[in-house]
Amino acid sequence: MSSSVKIKTLTIDERQVGAREDQTILEVARENGIRIPTLCYLKGLSPYGGCRMCIVEIAGSPKLLPSCMTTVEEGMVVSTQTERIKKYRRSLLELYFSERNHVCSVCATNGYCELQSMAQEVEMTHVHFPYMYPHLEVDATHERFVLDHNRCISCTRCVRVCEEVEGAHTLDIKDRGIDVRIITDLDQPWGESETCTQCGKCVHVCPTGALIERGKSVGEMSKRKQLLPYLTKMREAQK
Amino acid sequence: MKKKLTLATLWLDGCSGCHMSLVDVDERLIDVAGIYDIVFSPLVDVKEFPEKVDVTLLEGAISTDEDVEMVKRVRKSTKTLIAFGDCAVTANVPSMRNHFKLEDVFKRGYLETTPGNSIIPDEKLPKLLEKAYPVHHFVHVDVFLHGCPPSADNIFYTLVEIAEGRTPELSKRARFG
Repeated sequence: MSSSVKIKTLTIDERQVGAREDQTILEVARENGIRIPTLCYLKGLSPYGGCRMCIVEIAGSPKLLPSCMTTVEEGMVVSTQTERIKKYRRSLLELYFSERNHVCSVCATNGYCELQSMAQEVEMTHVHFPYMYPHLEVDATHERFVLDHNRCISCTRCVRVCEEVEGAHTLDIKDRGIDVRIITDLDQPWGESETCTQCGKCVHVCPTGALIERGKSVGEMSKRKQLLPYLTKMREAQK
Repeated sequence: MKKKLTLATLWLDGCSGCHMSLVDVDERLIDVAGIYDIVFSPLVDVKEFPEKVDVTLLEGAISTDEDVEMVKRVRKSTKTLIAFGDCAVTANVPSMRNHFKLEDVFKRGYLETTPGNSIIPDEKLPKLLEKAYPVHHFVHVDVFLHGCPPSADNIFYTLVEIAEGRTPELSKRARFG
């Protein structure tokens, strides 16, 4: 740490914490063992602020702010677990479940899925919204991996790891809002992609069963969660 | 001795796995039998759903016109209605047909998968709804007991809590899938 970096003091959940001025609320909370739920955030990738699970309340602001995108300020008073936030998080998660076809019982990542465990964390017992049951494709054209749009939550971890870590930028997104879809190359079948290096990083950072290894059956697809932290650490060590 | 409660269990559009999990309560079934009288169930020989029931475990999604009638009737007669398992809570596997046209579902079910058969039965069978729905789409549900199937421990816990007059806290105990 260079001496020019300023230190800020703030309060998170009634605890006084110190932080570098360039840190986000989420980073500081995690350093201090304060759990804020996330789905799109992944250490080692650029923050995206898409999933909104990490929303927090800041005293004096009527808005709920994503803690992964909000940098600390002196004297900030942050609450991460108020009843209001919990209610929003639960409703958000219910919307995720209602927008696609997340049938946990027949998913390759059953038991390993972050969306599934998030339901438990935010105490979601059922979905209040009507399910949309969209008709979505499964791209099984790749020889090693499968992309199942039914189970995608559009967190873009795969897109970011492909560009930022692997440097291939095979994956990207098309369309907006509820119509957003993960695509490979110029929206062509994954198996025909000329840029995919078959590294599999996308599969292992995917929080759900949207990206799996080919041939994995129900409950067989655990993700290698250590992969990205390991790569990040090794790269930092090389610098 | 405390008066026993009445328990009904119902199997609609599901695989009966939740009922298997109920049987998996094993020797604790003796405790359950001490608290509840099972008055209607695929496991007992009663044809008509009783007028009044304390607790109903309802397994399965709502997929036919008969299911809709049944679930309304059950709601009317039941004090505490439990959506029993993922099919009842989310429509789960039965809902995987929901993004196909009904016509295509029938073709797949009766013609394409049964070589030589050219008949789609349409008489004396309940009418399939356009979609399979979770129970709370039609009626108020008091307790959501999710899981595919719910664990025997969670089933036993839920039945005991209700009998003791408490609300079961399942959000952290149970898991979808």
